[in-house]
Amino acid sequence: MKLELNGQTREVDAPDEMPLLWALRDLCGVTGVKYGCGMAQCGACTVHLDGKAVRSCVLPVASAAGKKITTIEGLSPDGSHPVQVAWAETDVVQCGYCQSGQIMSAAALLAEKPDPSDEEIDRAMAGNICRCGTYQRVRDAIRRASSMRRARR
Amino acid sequence: MTLSRRDVLVSGAGLLIAFHVPRKGRAAQMDKKPSVDPNAFVRVAPDESVTVLLAHSEMGQGIWTTLAMLIAEELDCDWSKIRVEHAPAAPAYAHTAYGLQMTGGSTTTWSEFDRYRIVGAMARAMLLRAAAERWKVRPRSLRTESGFVVHRTEQLSYGQLAEAAQRLSPPASVELKPKKDWKLIGKPMRRLDTPEKITGKAQFGIDVQVPAMRTALVARSPVFGGKVKSFDASKARAVPGVEQVVQMPSGIAVVATNFWSAKLGRDALQIDWDPGAGAELDTGKLLASYRELAKAPGTLAAAKGDADAALVGAARRLEAEYDVPYLAHATMEPLNCTVRLEGGRCEIWTGTQFHGVDQMAAAQVAGVPPQNVIIHTPFLGGGFGRRATLDSHFVAEGVHVAKAAGVPVKVVWTREDDIRGGHYRPMYVHRIEAGVDEKGLPQAWRHTVVGQSILTGTLFEKFAVKDGVDAQSVEGAADSPYLDAVAARKITLHSPRNQVPPQWWRSVGNSHTAFAVESMIDELAWAARRDPLEFRGALLADKPRHLRALEAAATSAGWGTAPPEGRARGLAVHDSFGSIVAEVAEVSVDARKRIRVHKVSCAVDCGQVVNPLGIEAQVQGAVVFGLSAALLGAVTLKEGRVEQSNFHDYRVLRMPEVPDVTVQILESDAKMGGIGEPATAPIAPAVANAVYALTRQRLRSLPLRLT
Repeated sequence: MKLELNGQTREVDAPDEMPLLWALRDLCGVTGVKYGCGMAQCGACTVHLDGKAVRSCVLPVASAAGKKITTIEGLSPDGSHPVQVAWAETDVVQCGYCQSGQIMSAAALLAEKPDPSDEEIDRAMAGNICRCGTYQRVRDAIRRASSMRRARR
Repeated sequence: MTLSRRDVLVSGAGLLIAFHVPRKGRAAQMDKKPSVDPNAFVRVAPDESVTVLLAHSEMGQGIWTTLAMLIAEELDCDWSKIRVEHAPAAPAYAHTAYGLQMTGGSTTTWSEFDRYRIVGAMARAMLLRAAAERWKVRPRSLRTESGFVVHRTEQLSYGQLAEAAQRLSPPASVELKPKKDWKLIGKPMRRLDTPEKITGKAQFGIDVQVPAMRTALVARSPVFGGKVKSFDASKARAVPGVEQVVQMPSGIAVVATNFWSAKLGRDALQIDWDPGAGAELDTGKLLASYRELAKAPGTLAAAKGDADAALVGAARRLEAEYDVPYLAHATMEPLNCTVRLEGGRCEIWTGTQFHGVDQMAAAQVAGVPPQNVIIHTPFLGGGFGRRATLDSHFVAEGVHVAKAAGVPVKVVWTREDDIRGGHYRPMYVHRIEAGVDEKGLPQAWRHTVVGQSILTGTLFEKFAVKDGVDAQSVEGAADSPYLDAVAARKITLHSPRNQVPPQWWRSVGNSHTAFAVESMIDELAWAARRDPLEFRGALLADKPRHLRALEAAATSAGWGTAPPEGRARGLAVHDSFGSIVAEVAEVSVDARKRIRVHKVSCAVDCGQVVNPLGIEAQVQGAVVFGLSAALLGAVTLKEGRVEQSNFHDYRVLRMPEVPDVTVQILESDAKMGGIGEPATAPIAPAVANAVYALTRQRLRSLPLRLT
């Protein structure tokens, strides 16, 4: 089947029910998207499907065919997406493993709600677990990205 | 500062420096004679890059930046030209205090504070001499400035000097900068690993791709210590993508072209297990048996005076029992290990905290000399102790599978494998009896600790287990700073054994001893009708660092002022890994009796500060880690089987549950301590003490649950 992945068309030979996560990682070699739980509990596998954040570990690859799939690799060509810039300025990352998913969730949130309330941030990010406990700086970075976008307008 | 021995390595790439500091108590390192070639700590290249090699693993704690700061401070290089790499497994990278290459115990920064600065100073001295020879002047007439050697109006870059410098012999000794001249140490520095980690480029073990590599999942015994009786792999082999099913010591491995096929294949295995004696394990019964044990004293761990007699003679006697469950680390990156056996070499890609031990274990399984085991270390997706395994089980297993399959293999653990895989923070019970005087101050203290020893039966036993007492089982209890004010005390330990593999878990023994001791101190304060802060102050009167931390945290939390309606505060201070952390938690309880932590005010004294931005992150992270355990974490067993399996039933804190954590760093002249772990331990008692202040219910079991 054909996947629209980060602006390119990729042909993959996968059984329909294979989770998108493993098609991306093992068949397309796109490893920024992470495995953490396999049951949509931790958010490490978050990607955008037509701009919406989805958990790729429970999404059959067949249902992603024909839709625009964006992984962390496709969020910006050089790490310049406002969320990534805010992440760097806030010094968010620790081990880094969950951060692709955190950033993809945050980017989807801000695309939909450019100026989210604290509660909206909490709600949008509740599905992303970080064992290093970077949550506080994640929250700060989302606020920073939001104000950067405001300033840019 | 002078080095006793050093090796300078020469390569075409520029200047490389490696050296070995003398060490005592050298534990088992695989190779007596350091092999020279890859042992470099810094590489200055003609392209102006300065590459720092890390003798320890970056698992989130920030050493990728901190150790680079130490070298850059002395080398005076351009910070933007710094690159960082993990070092290979080799004797040159042995821990300066432990003699074995490893990452753990919150030791990296203090144990490398001298070595990495010396390396930077040596490299700078050689670049200076190279420039002096070029200009035919004395090195003393030169200075350095951010990657350049400067002579009057002329300058040469480090890159221009790198090749000449590599031909020089290293200085016999180097002078380190006095503290007043530091430009980097003590300044907030952003992480050097951020660009890779925010773009998906950072490579973790699970991301490793090796030519012809296959992915394997292993079916391990559902009961600890169980063995395969027989198995039928016919359905597994029929799964598309599954290539092999092989048996090896830890179970049955399904080897496939990709993870998903391996998982479907493993699901299709039919295995008849002989569960063995582990099938009897039941954490409810285990807890009851630990409580029974706690009624009688165990092996003596520490004592002063006659605690038994003092308890009998005390004006008032209080006793309490505390318990904590098994805990999984649940690192975000599940364990994995990639192995290629080829040409008498065993190449391993894995996120490990334990290079020295893993190299030996892999050599044994692969049947090659340890120096032929090459360990490549990608980033670690969390460690917390889980990747420092005393039995190297996940590395040894990877080698077994690669050997049995005859192809390069990446063994991947699922989250279920991780949660059910043992190697937990062990369950513990603490019983404390205190005899107090008329002011409520303890005069007698009898503390009985019950729980599995992590180190008994391992290669570290001879270093850490003395007279039957594993020091890590009683750390923070036997040496509690409160006890100096108690005339008669006795701390004893029972170390029952069972089939559950125990493991270091962020803050190790302190994760349970701080809960017991700080809860009991709080109970004594309330029993004496004294303010918990004032009461602790009375006991710690001659401990200025503890007092300062307590007062700083309390002031920041507004201790002594009324908390917002429906909230209360609790505090704790704990001394571990050479650092002192005080924490005040502000909590409320909702209508469903769930505990909500709103704010945590921390004050930390870790001695000399290297990177305050990193310290803040570690303290915030440790509080969240400890709070997950305090409010949610428990692994339970029934009929030998772990009842939890993934994040839905082994809950950890999520963003809406995370408090605001403020961190005050109290710089002091004390010996540098650790920072990765010490803030983990005080949060559970701080919250329990706050819950008591709010509800007058004393919660003595973790996770904390109101009834």
